[in-house]
Amino acid sequence: MSQTTDVKQISRRNFLRVSGLTGTALFLGFYFPASGKEGKVVAGADANELGIEMNSWILIDTNGKVTIVDHRAEMGQGSFQSVPQIVAEELEVDLKDVNVIFAQGNQAKYGSQITGGSSTIRGSYKNLLNLSASAREMLIAAAAAKWGVPKSECYARSGQVFHKSSKKKFHYGELVVAASKLEAPKDIVLKKPSDYKLIRKPLHRRDSPLKTNGEAVFGLDKRLPGMVFAAVERNPRLRGTIKSYDDTEARKVPGVKQVIKVKMKVFQSYREGVAVIANSTWAAMQGKKALKVEWDDSSFEHLSSDEIYSRMKEALNTKEGLSFKSQGDVNSVIQQAQNKIDVIYETPYQAHYCMEPLNCVANYQKDKLEVWGPIQAPDWVQDFLSKEMGLAKENVIINMTFLGGGFGRKAFLDYPHEAAVISKEIGAPVQVVWTREDDATQGPFRPGVSYRCEGVIENGEISAFKVKLAGQNIGHMDGGGKDKPNDSASEGFVKHYFDSIKNLSIQDVPFETPIPIMWWRSVYASTNGFAFESFVDELAIQAGKDPLEFRRQYLKDERCQLLIDKMEEISGWKNRKKNEGFGVAITECFASTVGQVVKVSKDVDGKVKIDQVWAVMDCGWYVNPDIIRAQVEGSIIMALGAATIHEVTFKDGLAEQKNFYAYQMPRITDAPPIEIHIMENSADAGGVGEPGLPPFTPALTNAIFDLTGKRIRKLPFNLASV
Amino acid sequence: MITLNVNQKSYKVDVDPNMPLLWVIRDVIGLTGTKYGCGVAQCGACVVHLDGEAVRSCVTKVSRAEGKKIVTIEGLSQHNDHPLQRAWQEIDVPQCGYCHSGQLMSAAVLLRENPNPTDKDIDAAMAGNICRCGTYLRIRKAIHLAAEMQRKGK
Repeated sequence: MSQTTDVKQISRRNFLRVSGLTGTALFLGFYFPASGKEGKVVAGADANELGIEMNSWILIDTNGKVTIVDHRAEMGQGSFQSVPQIVAEELEVDLKDVNVIFAQGNQAKYGSQITGGSSTIRGSYKNLLNLSASAREMLIAAAAAKWGVPKSECYARSGQVFHKSSKKKFHYGELVVAASKLEAPKDIVLKKPSDYKLIRKPLHRRDSPLKTNGEAVFGLDKRLPGMVFAAVERNPRLRGTIKSYDDTEARKVPGVKQVIKVKMKVFQSYREGVAVIANSTWAAMQGKKALKVEWDDSSFEHLSSDEIYSRMKEALNTKEGLSFKSQGDVNSVIQQAQNKIDVIYETPYQAHYCMEPLNCVANYQKDKLEVWGPIQAPDWVQDFLSKEMGLAKENVIINMTFLGGGFGRKAFLDYPHEAAVISKEIGAPVQVVWTREDDATQGPFRPGVSYRCEGVIENGEISAFKVKLAGQNIGHMDGGGKDKPNDSASEGFVKHYFDSIKNLSIQDVPFETPIPIMWWRSVYASTNGFAFESFVDELAIQAGKDPLEFRRQYLKDERCQLLIDKMEEISGWKNRKKNEGFGVAITECFASTVGQVVKVSKDVDGKVKIDQVWAVMDCGWYVNPDIIRAQVEGSIIMALGAATIHEVTFKDGLAEQKNFYAYQMPRITDAPPIEIHIMENSADAGGVGEPGLPPFTPALTNAIFDLTGKRIRKLPFNLASV
Repeated sequence: MITLNVNQKSYKVDVDPNMPLLWVIRDVIGLTGTKYGCGVAQCGACVVHLDGEAVRSCVTKVSRAEGKKIVTIEGLSQHNDHPLQRAWQEIDVPQCGYCHSGQLMSAAVLLRENPNPTDKDIDAAMAGNICRCGTYLRIRKAIHLAAEMQRKGK
């Protein structure tokens, strides 16, 4: 226990130092009981009694300086602004006066920290509102006690508590000592949204200035005294081992200090590589190029894309899958139908291509490991490295830097593991830098998925709707149960379709390859959205109905109806002209629904061009409308690349695209005009970072069908040659 | 020893003359605002100015920069207040922000040579800079705003 106390004191002191706090402070945060899901608000003093180490969300020092902790990663999606924007609202402080810092990885203190599943706001806003209001009430109570007046005569504003009639005031710093001795209040009344002064306002992002002068520290920018650089040659077939290697030439490269064999855990196996340690990134990369390595790849299949997709097709055409959702009787309707739709949709494997290639800094010193990096899930990394490195959890410190993109890849644990292994081996702090080629070819990738969609229209209505998907299951990577269907089999498909389509079946046809796969922005919705919403469009056409009206007929939920009204209104859907193609799609994922309308036409050369995109986002309760717009704009551009350019192909078990020249990105010249509308309602918060992505591709291909009569069922497709 | 002038400061560096300027700036001199994105002049994250011209520092040998004036994002302005930097902040252009050092350095050359760029001029000048977050519409808007600030002397 005494050791724990020491740790607590040290980290407290560090915390005070990094925050620039002085003197006694009010620490207010949550205690997450090991079993409970709901965080309990506690003050620093209570935490001491409970024996909890507190690095809380809100810290106020005796000078009144307020520090707010962002417990999630900032990878572009805006947590560095939106978390403080929530806290400042109920705490009654001015955002310009607060300091914001990133939390270290620690699930016991912060609950889940994974920046994934578009969960930053929806997973924590209620707790944050309660916490901030509790702090405010404690400060008000402390002031009221000092003045000897009822609390009801006092109010808080701009970091101060005022007494209404006498105009007396204290700044928060003058109250923290007294407030920290109070118990956190139990019944907190939160503000009505109509009273918000900060929430729902398009406030500027506080990280913008840091990102215009090179000041923001990304993982790749982290520097430590005595730090060396490493580049690693890893097995290009992803699952093999090293037979032998020759580092003679690598060691001759000026600046190269050491060459060692390393391994890191990738799901259930270890990936082997040879690390070149040098005094600059460039020397390490040159040394890596000079290595000669022989790999042992005999234990698994070396697949090529053609084989992968023909196996998927074979599976879809010959097998029934594990049932994910089944209602009514689909098969008998399909068997008896005169006229049915029976089509296959194909989507490719993709890589993440974050602008900041993977990298990580690790410093292993005598039973203690500290890590800095672009990390989406610091709590997972702490847990994982504690186990893999055999260290006590409190001796594994995980620091998040800014992330130069994440998209799911940086929620993985391999690259911090590799950095930790190298630092331990060489006994020095090290920055491991993945080359763009490493980052592009080594996965884990977004799985490619194929879909067989069978449907029947009778009397203008859907009488059978059957979708089977064949694609690798991310849940199987860590050994998840193979007897169950993919639990994201219909992710992206609006769940209200289930209320109105009587005969429906969604199945997962099990499909495995040795290719490591994982999350990619919006995960299965990124491919499901295309298949399901194109299929709905095909059914609408078969039924002879207007595609937007057809969706209105099936999505009877009130929020969906309002969303459709808004899509119709802003896109001028009813006034579309003959030579214009209009397409629509609506998808739902991470508790938000997004509808998009795309308008296309042919340019003077007869090529299809995108004239306009309209997007309507229903994410319920929200924080910052400008950040939401930015996320939807970005999602649409990312989806444009995913639909029309991007594909990782495999040949003999190797990923073929190695850098941007073979995996072109949409450029400024490709960005279509985008108009975004955010729905206002009183529903709970939904996700923002991902849900804008899935509807774009089907809205685009449905628009192309409307213009040209050509149905696109395979991605990617070349927009210029439609 | 190679002598470099970076952001009006002189540095003596003892490096292989073939080392790309990017890594000398980042790992030897220690200015980390200039980013590594591809290493093959494809993405524009590493753009710096060499005697006023935008170059890809990831493929520019350090020996080529000797005797020339190098400006990195840290030297674009003294107080983060170049019209482009202010416009970027006003419109909240960056998301992850990683590519924007390069975006700004490319845009700065455009704006110097063409104080009143059209959308087409902007597209032509900025097509070499990739943004994976897809901030292109805001980049275009911010360059127009910066041009306006510059014209009005704001």
